[in-house]
Amino acid sequence: MRICILGGRVIDPATGLDRQTDLYIDQGRFVAFGTAPAGFVAEQTLEAHGLVIAPGLVDLAASLREPGYGRKGSIATETQAALAGGVTSLCCTPDTKPVLDSATVAELVQDHAREAKKARVFPLGALSQALAGEQVAELVALREAGCVAFSNGLTEFGSARNLRRALEYAATFDLTVVLHSQDQALAEGGRAHEGAAANFLGLAGIPSTAETVALARQLLLVEETGVRAHFTQLTSARGVQMIEEAQARGLAVTADVALYQLILTDESLYGFSSLYHVQPPLRSISDREALRSAVQRGVISAIASHHQPHEADAKRAPFGETEPGISSLDIFLPLALTLVQDGLLDLPTLLQRLTQGPAQALQLPVGQISQGAPADLVIFDLQTTTVAGEPWYSKGHNSPFIGHCLPGMVRYSLVNGEIRYQAE
Amino acid sequence: MLPTDAKRPLQLNDNGQLRHFLSLDGLPCTLLTEILDTADSFLEVGSRAVKKVPLLRGKTVCNVFFENSTRTRTTFELAAQRLSADVITLNVSTSSASKGETLFDTLRNLEAMAADMFVVRHAESGAAHFMAEFVCPDVAIINGGDGRHAHPTQGMLDMLTIRRHKGDFKNLSVAIVGDILHSRVARSDMLALKTLGCPDIRVIGPKTLLPAGLEQYGVRVFHNLEEGLRDVDVIVTLRLQRERMQSGLLPSQGEFYRLYGLTSERLKVAKPDALVMHPGPINRGIEIESAVADGKQSVILNQVTYGIAVRMAVLSMTMSGQNAQRQLNQETRELN
Repeated sequence: MRICILGGRVIDPATGLDRQTDLYIDQGRFVAFGTAPAGFVAEQTLEAHGLVIAPGLVDLAASLREPGYGRKGSIATETQAALAGGVTSLCCTPDTKPVLDSATVAELVQDHAREAKKARVFPLGALSQALAGEQVAELVALREAGCVAFSNGLTEFGSARNLRRALEYAATFDLTVVLHSQDQALAEGGRAHEGAAANFLGLAGIPSTAETVALARQLLLVEETGVRAHFTQLTSARGVQMIEEAQARGLAVTADVALYQLILTDESLYGFSSLYHVQPPLRSISDREALRSAVQRGVISAIASHHQPHEADAKRAPFGETEPGISSLDIFLPLALTLVQDGLLDLPTLLQRLTQGPAQALQLPVGQISQGAPADLVIFDLQTTTVAGEPWYSKGHNSPFIGHCLPGMVRYSLVNGEIRYQAE
Repeated sequence: MLPTDAKRPLQLNDNGQLRHFLSLDGLPCTLLTEILDTADSFLEVGSRAVKKVPLLRGKTVCNVFFENSTRTRTTFELAAQRLSADVITLNVSTSSASKGETLFDTLRNLEAMAADMFVVRHAESGAAHFMAEFVCPDVAIINGGDGRHAHPTQGMLDMLTIRRHKGDFKNLSVAIVGDILHSRVARSDMLALKTLGCPDIRVIGPKTLLPAGLEQYGVRVFHNLEEGLRDVDVIVTLRLQRERMQSGLLPSQGEFYRLYGLTSERLKVAKPDALVMHPGPINRGIEIESAVADGKQSVILNQVTYGIAVRMAVLSMTMSGQNAQRQLNQETRELN
C-alpha cells in the first residue's frame, strides 16, 4: 500500500522536525518527505492541511485484561481504544490471569494483538513468578517470547534479598526492569493519599513515604546491580526529587507518570466518587506541581496512560470497596493536550514525552518519523475538540473525564502504514 | 483543568431542606440550630405518658445495620416508633452480605419493599453517600455511622447535650480526647462545633491516633492531656478499641491510661463545671476512670436520652424534605 499524506504540520520530537511537509509511505514504512520518490504512485492520499502529524503515541503501561478478565476488557477493545486516543504502540502489563510470567501467555497476547490489527502491543513480562514478589520469573524465555521489559506491578518483593537477586539476574542478560515503588506495609489498607482529603472523608491513608521508602531501597539495589531500570507511575514530590538526584549522580534511570496524576489531585475525592479511586493514589496539589515540573524538565521522560478498564460493578460500591483504576486510553491525546492548553508544555515537548521519551526508556523500535522506520502515525486536529465518551471503545467506562470537552481531536491513527483508525 | 464535579448538595432538596442526612459537611448553622430546636421540642414528648406523635404515621423506616450497634440502633428504633412510623430492623452483617449479595442489591431489594427511609450503618466510609447518590436517591438515607467518616446524629446529640448544659457555643472550650484517627464521632463533632461557632476546639492524643490535615477543622492539637484540658468547658472522651494496641499504634492499654485516661485528678485542670461526655460504649479504666464516668460532671447517660430526641428531629425533618422534593419533581414532570 502506497500512501501520501499532504500538507500537514509534521512534528517529530526525535529528529526535531516541525514543519509543513508531505509524507510518503510504502509497504508500511516512511520512504520520503517533501517530494515523492521517483515513480511513486499513491494508492491513497490523505489531505492533512491544517492537521498535525506526529509519530503514533507510545504508552508504557496499559492493562488489557486479557487473558482472564474479559468482563473488564479485551485486547481487541482496548487496542481499539488506544488508536482512538492516538496510541499506536503500548506496553501491556503482566497482571493478567494467568499472570504473564510464561512464554505461552506472552505469545497468546501477541497473537491476539496481531489478530485484532489495532495498536502494536509490547508485553511487559512478570519480574517474579505469579507476580508474588518471591522467585524471579523465566526472564530470558520471556524475552525470547517478545517481552520488552519486566515488571512486578504494585506487588513489592517481600524480601530485599529476593529483589536484589531478581535485579542481578536481569542485569546479567541486559534486561530492563520497570519498577513500581510502593512499600506494602506502609500502604496496607490505604485507599487514598494520607492528607487532608483522606482525613476528612475518613479514608485510610497511604503516606508519600510508601513510595519513597520503596524507591530508596530500589535505587540502592539498581545502583549496585547495574540493571537498566525504569521507574513507573511516580506520584510524590519527594519521589521525583529522589529520581532527579539519582540521575544527577549519573545513574541511568528513567521515569514515567500517569497522565491523570498530572491533572487530578486528592481534592477530587470529596464526594466519594469511586471514579477517582486509583492506586497508587491521587496525591496533593504540591505533589502534582512537582510531577508537572519534572515532566517539563525531562526528569520524567514519559507520560503513560496507566489504563485500567473496569466493568460497571467494580466501581459500584462505597469508595473503599471499589477496584482502583481509570480507563484512560480512549482520550489519551486530547487529555494530554490540556497540558499544552494550560501552558505547561509546548506541543513538541508534550509529543516528545508521548513518543520518543517512552520509546527510549524501554528501547522500543517505534516513536519517530524517519526514513525506513515503520509508519506509525497519529494525525490530529487542534482546531476542534473532543467530547470524551463520544465514541468510547474501551470496555471500561470508568473515567471521570467522560462528558468533558477536551482540546484537539484524533482524525487518523496509522500503524505500519495502514489507516487503522479514522474518526467518524 | 480540574474535572471535579461541582460539589452538589446531595443531602439537601431544592429549597435547602434535608432530604438525606449523610454528614454535617456543608450544612449551615441555621439548619443545625433548627435540628437542635426541633430536638428540644421532642424531649418533652419523651417525658409524657403517651410518648407518640403522628409525624411519620404510615411511613416505613428501615434500619439497615451492616455493623453491630446497640445504642444507635435502639435509639433510632425508638425515635421512629415515637414518630408513629413502622419500623423494621435488619442486621445485614448476619444475612445477605454473608451470602455474597452486594450492598447495591441489598438496598434495591429493600427499596422494592416500599421503605420510605433507610437508617444505615456501614463499615466503609462513604457508604451512605453511595446509597443516596447511586442506589436509592428517592428514599431518605440517614447515616447511622459510616467507617471513620461521619456519625452525624451522634454529632448533633453531642451538640444538644452541650447546648442544654451550657446555653450556647459562643464562649466555649471543647476538648476531644483519644483516638481521633479512627473516630467518626470526632469528625462529626469537630464539624458541628465549627459550624455552630465554638471558638476553641482542641484535640488531644498521641501522634499515632491523630490524622493528617487536622488544620482544616480549625482545631488546636495537644499531645499532653493536662495542657489540653486546662480550663475547658466540655470534654469528649472517645472509646479506645483494643485493636489499636495490636496494630502498633500504642504500646499498651496501661500506658494509654497513664497518659490520656480521664481521671478525677486530671479533671481538676478543666473548669469546675466542665461536662464529661462519651459516645459509648465506655471502657472503664482504659480511657476513663469509673469515678469520672459516674461522677456529677458526667452527662454520658443524658447523651443517650438526648439521642432519641435528636434522631426524632432528623427523621421528621428529612422525611418532610424528601416528600417536598418528590412533590416538586412531580410538579416539574407535570409542567413538562
